[in-house]
Formats: sequence, C-alpha cells, structure tokens
Amino acid sequence: MAWVNDIIQGILIGGLYALFACGLSLMFGVMKVVNLAHGDLAIIGGYIAVGVITITHIPVLWSFLIVVPLMALLGYVLQRTVIQASLDRSILTTLLVTFGLSVVIENGLLQFVNADSHSLGVGNAIITSSFSIGSQIIIPYLLLLIFAVAVVVLLGLQYFLSASRYGRLIRAVADDKEAAQLSGVDYRHVFGIAAAIAFGTVALAGIAYGMYSQFSPTTGTDTILLFAFAAVVIGGLGSLWGTLLGGVVLGVAQAIGAQINSSDQLLAGYIVFLAVLVFRPQGLVARGAQS
Amino acid sequence: MSVATETAARSAGDYRVTRSRRNVAWTGLGALVVVVVLALFPYVFGPGTTTIMVQGFIILTLASMWNLLAGYAGLVSVGQQAFVGLGAYFVLILNIHNLSMFTALPIAAVGCGVAALPMWWLVSRLRSGYFAIATWVLATTVLLIIEKFPSIGGGTGLSLPHTPNLSTAVLEAYTYWIGLAVTVVALIAVYLLLRGRLGLVLTAVRDDEVAARSSGARVGLARMLVFVVAGIGCGAAGALLAVSQLIVQPSAVFSVQWTAEMAFAVIIGGLGTIEGPILGTIVYMILQQTLASYNAWYLIILGLVAMVIAIFARRGLWGLVDDHLHVRLFPVGYWLWAPGSNGRRGVIPRRGGRHS
Amino acid sequence: MSEPNGRGDRALLEVRDLTVHHGQLRALDHVSLQVYPGEVYAIIGANGAGKSTLLRTIAGLHHPTEGSITYDGKDVTRVRPERRATGGIAMVPEGRRLFGSLTVEENLQVGATHARKGPWTIERVYELFGWMKERRNQRTAQLSGGEQQSVAIGRALVANPRVLLLDELSLGLAPVVVQRIYAMLPEILAAGLTVLLVEQDVSQALRVATHLQCLLEGHTTLEGRPSDVTPAQVEAAYFGLAGAAAGPPGEESEPLWRGSTTSSRGS
Repeated sequence: MAWVNDIIQGILIGGLYALFACGLSLMFGVMKVVNLAHGDLAIIGGYIAVGVITITHIPVLWSFLIVVPLMALLGYVLQRTVIQASLDRSILTTLLVTFGLSVVIENGLLQFVNADSHSLGVGNAIITSSFSIGSQIIIPYLLLLIFAVAVVVLLGLQYFLSASRYGRLIRAVADDKEAAQLSGVDYRHVFGIAAAIAFGTVALAGIAYGMYSQFSPTTGTDTILLFAFAAVVIGGLGSLWGTLLGGVVLGVAQAIGAQINSSDQLLAGYIVFLAVLVFRPQGLVARGAQS
Repeated sequence: MSVATETAARSAGDYRVTRSRRNVAWTGLGALVVVVVLALFPYVFGPGTTTIMVQGFIILTLASMWNLLAGYAGLVSVGQQAFVGLGAYFVLILNIHNLSMFTALPIAAVGCGVAALPMWWLVSRLRSGYFAIATWVLATTVLLIIEKFPSIGGGTGLSLPHTPNLSTAVLEAYTYWIGLAVTVVALIAVYLLLRGRLGLVLTAVRDDEVAARSSGARVGLARMLVFVVAGIGCGAAGALLAVSQLIVQPSAVFSVQWTAEMAFAVIIGGLGTIEGPILGTIVYMILQQTLASYNAWYLIILGLVAMVIAIFARRGLWGLVDDHLHVRLFPVGYWLWAPGSNGRRGVIPRRGGRHS
Repeated sequence: MSEPNGRGDRALLEVRDLTVHHGQLRALDHVSLQVYPGEVYAIIGANGAGKSTLLRTIAGLHHPTEGSITYDGKDVTRVRPERRATGGIAMVPEGRRLFGSLTVEENLQVGATHARKGPWTIERVYELFGWMKERRNQRTAQLSGGEQQSVAIGRALVANPRVLLLDELSLGLAPVVVQRIYAMLPEILAAGLTVLLVEQDVSQALRVATHLQCLLEGHTTLEGRPSDVTPAQVEAAYFGLAGAAAGPPGEESEPLWRGSTTSSRGS
C-alpha cells in the first residue's frame, strides 16, 4: 500500500504545481505572453526570502508578507517596461526577451549567489512533522499546508477575477483589448496588474517550494518552468480549476513514475505532458468559449 | 482618370522581375578567399587558436540553423539542444562500434535529420509559445532517456573509445578542417534553400500565412523541411562537438545553454538575415573570449544585449548596417522594375501605423 | 476656420486633411469634416472606401500620416484611444466587439468604468432595451446579432459620451433588426448626444442623418444635407461614375457636389 501514500503525496504536491502554474496561465491568457522566465521568478522569490529572513530574522512562514508584495511590484514594473515593449513588437519578440531574461536571471544568480542548493528551513517543529492514517500513509503537515494555501490562493484568484472590478477588466482586456480601450480602459495598466498577480503568486510558490525542497539558481528552468507549463497544458488554459487538476495529474504521474523506477519520476511527468500536447493540446478541462 | 483605364495601366506585362545577380559574384569570390585563408590557419596557428575557431564553427552552424527556424520559418525552438546531443551521441555510438569519428560525423548529421521527423510529428501543430515549450520538453525527455543507458555512459558520460592515433596538432588540424567544412556546407545550404522556392514560401508565410496557403504554398511541408534541415545542421554541430571534445557528457551536450548561445548570437547579429548569424557569432566569440575568466558574465551581458536588440533593433546589428548602407552580401531577394524605368525601385517607406 | 453657417458656433468634432495609411496602402486621402453639437453626421460609401478607417482614426485606433483631429477645441490627434474615450468620444465598433466571455451586465459595467457624469446609467440602458434586464446575466457570446448590437450601443452609452461613433450598425443584421435599432436613435439623441455614423446601407443613413459625406477610395466625393442631394448624385458619388469631375487620387479633390451653400469646408 506504499504506493497509495505516494499517490496522495502526488495529489498534494499538485497543489504546489498549480500555484506555480496559475501566474503563467494568467499571463498567457490575458496578454498572450509565454513567460519563459516564469520559473526563475519563483527562484528569485526564494532567494529574496532567504535574504529577508537573514536580515530581519522573521520566521520563515511569514517571509511571504514581504516577498510577495515586493515581487508583485517588480512584476508590474517589468510588465509596463520590458514586456510591454516586446509585446508591441510581436509575440516572437516576447518569447525571445523572456528567454533572454531567464538566462540573465539564472546566470546572474550563479554569479552573485553560489551555485549550491538552498533550502528555507522551516523553524516550526509542528510543521515539519507528519500525521499518519493507518500504518502506511504518512502525510507531512507541511505538504498539507502547502496544498491548503494553493487552494485558498486559487479560490481567491477565482473570486477576484469573477467578482471584482479589476477582475472584470482583466477578463475584458483578455477578450478584446482594443474594445476595452474604446471603453476608456488603459490596457497596459491592466496588463501590469495581471503581471503583478502572476509574479506574486509564483513568488509565494517559490517560497513554499523552498520550504519543502531545495532550490538552486538553475531550478527555475530545470524543474519549475516545465512543471508549471505541464500543469497549464494538461489542465487546459482558461480555467484555474483546470490548472489545479493539471497540477494534480502531473504530481500523480510523477508519483507513479517514481514507483516504477525512482529515477523515472521526472520522465513520467514529461511523457504525460508530451502526450497531452500532442493528442489534446486544449487540455483536459477545455473551456469552450475561450481558448 | 476613370477606373477602367487605370486598371489597364497596371497590367502585369509591363513590369519585370529580376534576381539580384551582381552582388553574388563578388560575395562568392570574397567568401572563397575567406575560406581559403581560414583553411590555412592550422599551418600558421597552434592548437590553442584552432580549438577556439572550432568552437566558433559550432556556434556559427547552430546560429545559422536557429536563424532559419526562428527568423524565416517563425519557429522559435528552445529545444535544438536535443539535436546537438543526439549528434554527439550518434558519433559516440558509431565510434564504440569502431567507426572513425570523422566518418561518423556526416552519418550522425543524417541520423539527426531522420530523428527530426518523429519530433516534428509531435510538435508541428503547436504555435509559438506552446511550440517553444514543447521543443524544450522534448529535449529534456531525450536527455532523460539517453541517461538511462549505461553502455553509452549513463548520467556521467563517456569518452570516445577509438580516437585516431595522431599527434595532438594533427588531430586538431583535422578537427579544424572538418569543422570548417561543416560550417561552409551549412551556410551554403541555408543560402541555397532561401534563394530557392523554399525562401519564397517562407517569406510569403511571414507576411501573410492565410494568403500564402490559399495561393497554393505548401506551408506545412516548408516548415517541416526547415525543421529537418535545422535538425541535420544542429546534429552536425553536435557531432563536431563530440569530435573536438573527445568526450560526450549528457548534461553538457543536452544543455539548454546551447539554445541560449545560438539564439543570442542570431538575435544580436540579425534575426531573419543570412549575414546576421555570422556577425552575431563573431560578437559572441569576442565576448566569450574577453570575459572567459568571469564565468557567467558573458552570458549575462549577451542576454541583456540580445534583449535590448530584440526590442529596439529587430534586425540586429546586421539590420542596422543594412539599413544604413543597403548592403546585401547574400542576396536572396528580387528587384521589381516598373514599366519604362531604368533605375532601381527602392523600398517604399512604410507610413502610418497603429496607435495602441 | 469655420464661419457662421447656421450649424452652431463651434464644431464639436473637426477633422482636417486626414490622411491614413495601412502599410503602403493609402486608406484615407485628405478627408475633412466638421460635426456640430446635436447633429447626426453620416459617412457613406462602398466597401473599402475608408469609412471605418476614418472612424477608427477619430477614436484613436489608427495613427494618421497627415492631418489633425480636433475635439471640443482641443487637438487630440496624438491622444491615446482610452483618453479620448474618457474625454467623451465613445465608439461602437464594427462587428460589435463585445467581451464574449463576460455577461451583458459585465459588458455594461466595463463601459461604465470610466464614465463621465451624465444621464445614462446601466438602469437607463435596460429601460431603453426592454429585453436586456432579464437576460443581463447571460454571456454575450450567446446573444443574437441584434441583441449584441444593442449591448454594444449600451456599453458606449453608459460612459456618457458627448460624441457617439457608430461603425456599420447594420453589418450582419437583418433589415428588420436594423430598422429597430435605428429607431432608437431619436431617444439617444434626445439626451444631447452628437452622432457620427458610418453606414453601408445608404437609405438607412439618409433617413436618420442631418448631414452626410460620401467617401470613395479614401477621398470625399459628396458632402451636404440629405435634403439637398438627389439619389442620382448620391449614386454617382458612391460609385465614382463617369461624369464625376474628381481629379486623380493623390491631389486634394473637390467634392462632386456641395449641397448646402452655407456650409463651409475648412480651408
């Protein structure tokens, strides 16, 4: 029954993947920007957290209070300047620019921070322990907490998009930015808000990842970016719950892969990703009206 | 003037279309001179210099392939390292079976072309961002699969077991010449492809895909051809890498850094121009050599410069040269001669634009 | 400058020598017009004549190569579209361009985001189009063409504009539906709006317009009041038929017919 344990952990880690993915999905859905630097932004969030904790000595669990708004602000600024400038040229340019950004960030980190892995140690003893169901199923509290946070954030984001004024503007601009301009909406500002949300959520996910596992300067592209993309593609664009489903499917696929052969964990996930890309690129939860 | 007479005046028969001829002869001569000079390098310079030149050949070959993909076919691939790695591993495998690494190189290149076909089947229906990510996932998947085979080195890699019994200098020289040959063939192949029908189709698609399709252009076939050619080219570069390094390590040959380097070289030199990759590779090598002791700095600077150029100077450094001097070393275009005119019709400047 | 001409003392919207290119194609060629408060100014012409380009340039979605646009006495030629919208120029774009994934009410709410003060509210739009209130939570992608057109008009109205630009209202709609929509125009105007509309359906345009201008291949071929032009003149201007004394394209062309002797064309 050990594999049941792995499956459950796979489901829970899917929440983290979904948290990584929702920012990517938002930026692609609203601005048609594929942000190849998305994973690196999570790592930057992690490193900023390390720095903040070192300086201010606040508990790891509260570091997000500083890091997330900081990253959100960075997202707004980056979107209004660099990303908007490349969007004005073409979609190709945004791909090139975000790829360049990714390489610059990674090598910048390698240069200024050493290449070793870091981990945000979690101080609170309760969090590091686990609880058991029966004798075979052991679930770390931390993982459960991360899953809960992911679900809460996704719920909050869903509510924001459907019920708030800015959420409505984001959806409108995503549908037709020219028509939004005709209604007096400066879509560049709305894009900035969407980017701020994307950067904020991915930073939160990066901190969570740092607590649960280790990261190094290259983890952004090695691991996180592809996971985030896999979750978005598998779940289908345009639906936050689809992204959660995508994350869970990815997590479970990896758990099954790990069961077959411990080194096949990543491979299993990528094969599922490729399969979805080829056979059902619109994802498992396809939104009819919007692509 | 009434509508009827105006239309008559525009009838096609009065216009002429010619290829650009004059430049090619001079460029061809110049290129021949350059190649001959380069071929003499091993007699003049020692292995230190020729090794660096081989690195340059690898980057130039990769860059011209990536330019073909992204600049002409609109396919932004972030996974070309798959072919670099496959090319290297083909050489390794063939060498394990007692084939000389020099003979293995062209076979490896062809092998990569074949491997490109199923890959194209997987990714061909995807567009821009999805395509980019798919190529990246594909490359990572290939890496993970190859690492599972201990007979070719598993996760740590393997040296080429049957290297020729030659002195270092001679080995380096042979490597250099084969590298030069690979690069020259790659550039000529790209030039000929773009000067022919493929180039026309790709340019038409670049301007308006729907119109191109409806005029009968086989767009899918054109793109597939480009992908396969790029696979062969990158595979040849990877094979060259194996030959020059004499060892094949998966994390090195499948590294996404190859894509970064070829992409940056192309963007800086000039995306969508044939001369661009050459210029970009030169810039890249200069930066790499001067900043070699500063580890990751050259990639950071390269990346920043590439980003700035992508936004502000779409056609890169060569584009800037071209705009000001109107020079084409490798002309692939056509000239349109209006009825009764003698001089060249220049490019009509674009006016107006969108305000959003 | 405009002289006293019985239309009011100052044009609310003035376009002078507007030239617009789409790449290398010249879509508009030195077009001028003045719209005075309270008027319904119609632009007619065949497909590709440049009518929509004109409206879109006034709204700010295209950048003119030459010429100027003046709104309420201020030069807005370089102003961004969203600033023109908040300043009081609202456009109902060609093809409706609703936000498909949003509901009817949400579309109106977006229109009202930067609304100016005025008589139009979402409630008032519901009163104008009786069917809308009970369907307000339906996604607009599921509405019929005529219903979408009503929502699009409502979305522009709730911003309380001073000038309403209507781009091809009749496009893709059945004649009955078109008539019903144009029948709303008087009530919209009663609240003090000025309308500049583009219409391919010439008879419909002539029925509602107080002034009209005909475009052909980007330049003006007719200008005046509906009461002053005959169907034959309109037809000649619309199709650019022989007998039309327009000069070769590229030069500033005189309109074929200037209807009202007192309307002046900016010099």
